[in-house]
Amino acid sequence: MANDQVILLDYWPSMFGMRTKMALAEKGVKYEYKETDPWVKTPLLIEMNPIHKKIPVLIHNGKPICESLIQLEYIDEVWSDASPILPSDPYQKSRARFWAEFIDKKFYDPSWKVWATMGEEHAAVKKELLEHFKTLETELGDKPYYGGEVFGYLDIALMGYYSWFKAMEKFGEFSIETEFPILTTWTKRCLERESVVKALADSDRIIEYVYVLRKKFGAA
Amino acid sequence: MANEVILLDFWPSMFGMRTRIALREKGVEFEYREEDLRNKSPLLLQMNPIHKKIPVLIHNGKPVNESIIQVQYIDEVWSHKNPILPSDPYLRAQARFWADFIDKKLYDAQRKVWATKGEEQEAGKKDFIEILKTLESELGDKPYFSGDDFGYVDIALIGFYTWFPAYEKFANFSIESEVPKLIAWVKKCLQRESVAKSLPDPEKVTEFVSELRKKFVPE
Repeated sequence: MANDQVILLDYWPSMFGMRTKMALAEKGVKYEYKETDPWVKTPLLIEMNPIHKKIPVLIHNGKPICESLIQLEYIDEVWSDASPILPSDPYQKSRARFWAEFIDKKFYDPSWKVWATMGEEHAAVKKELLEHFKTLETELGDKPYYGGEVFGYLDIALMGYYSWFKAMEKFGEFSIETEFPILTTWTKRCLERESVVKALADSDRIIEYVYVLRKKFGAA
Repeated sequence: MANEVILLDFWPSMFGMRTRIALREKGVEFEYREEDLRNKSPLLLQMNPIHKKIPVLIHNGKPVNESIIQVQYIDEVWSHKNPILPSDPYLRAQARFWADFIDKKLYDAQRKVWATKGEEQEAGKKDFIEILKTLESELGDKPYFSGDDFGYVDIALIGFYTWFPAYEKFANFSIESEVPKLIAWVKKCLQRESVAKSLPDPEKVTEFVSELRKKFVPE
């Protein structure tokens, strides 16, 4: 689209922002990245996301689109000529939406509580997280990507969390490669894509960040 | 295509109501199967092994889970009639945003209104009213949430109306006093056949909630 103005309000460690960055890169969309600390509610953030006041916010020609999964669908619909993100078949699309929602509704909570909790709660959280990893690995099966032969929506949804895998492993005291080899192979395949690599934060930097957060959460 | 459409549902579910309405908006004939949630059928467990929840839409033997995903599926498969989502990508994103807001905020808030008591209930009621006011603001002076046409956000929200009398009864307040425009919208929606046929009698829902409340708030 000629004269498109695309801005992304994002925060470097956000797994949700990483999704949107991947999708924009997959479509070859140029955009302006604005680092936005979600704990500091800037006037622009409040104006663009008055309901949730969270990042990422995609601003396309001045209009805000909030919520990362909604942003992915929007990007797919607006820049529909470039490689598709969602399947065209309604049933396959419904399955992609279902699993993306599973990631945000079920996987998300234990994925951060595993480094933010201690004791009995931590043990329960770790168990839950491992179960969800297993569920996601089972859904992948022997396909190269979640959507089949082509990298897409669900791969983007889960790879957004990839930068945090190392922190989950460290504080959860488990190895993803050992426990979930099929999922590991999939991550390596995804990491061959420039759109993915450029969107992801450095895992070690995330671990440093987690140490800071753990102090805030009183888990240290 | 030969269409076999089955809906596994539970009559007072505001989520099941969405799918019922969407199917009727499209003129799709379907077989409604009432589930006993205390004794879930093998079919439900087979068709929704992850969440084991209703509603489940089964189209030619294939399951579609999550009501809001079902509504989008129905809109895409039976796309020839009564579009549910707008065609403009930005308006579609806005509709998805508000349906997501309802699922994330309204459901949890309403539960505190009928399933708690005392200070927790008062706080819950306050939250609930605030959320309804946010939705009323979004509606503004439009007849429906996305403008002139009944659609996605209306379908996402209208089922909650059947629980309104229960909220009012157990938390002792008037929703119409708080959000009059929203109630006017409700009345307009109820004039649609797809809605009227899909929503249960609010009095029956209140009876159901009364029984349910006994489990959460022993008298």
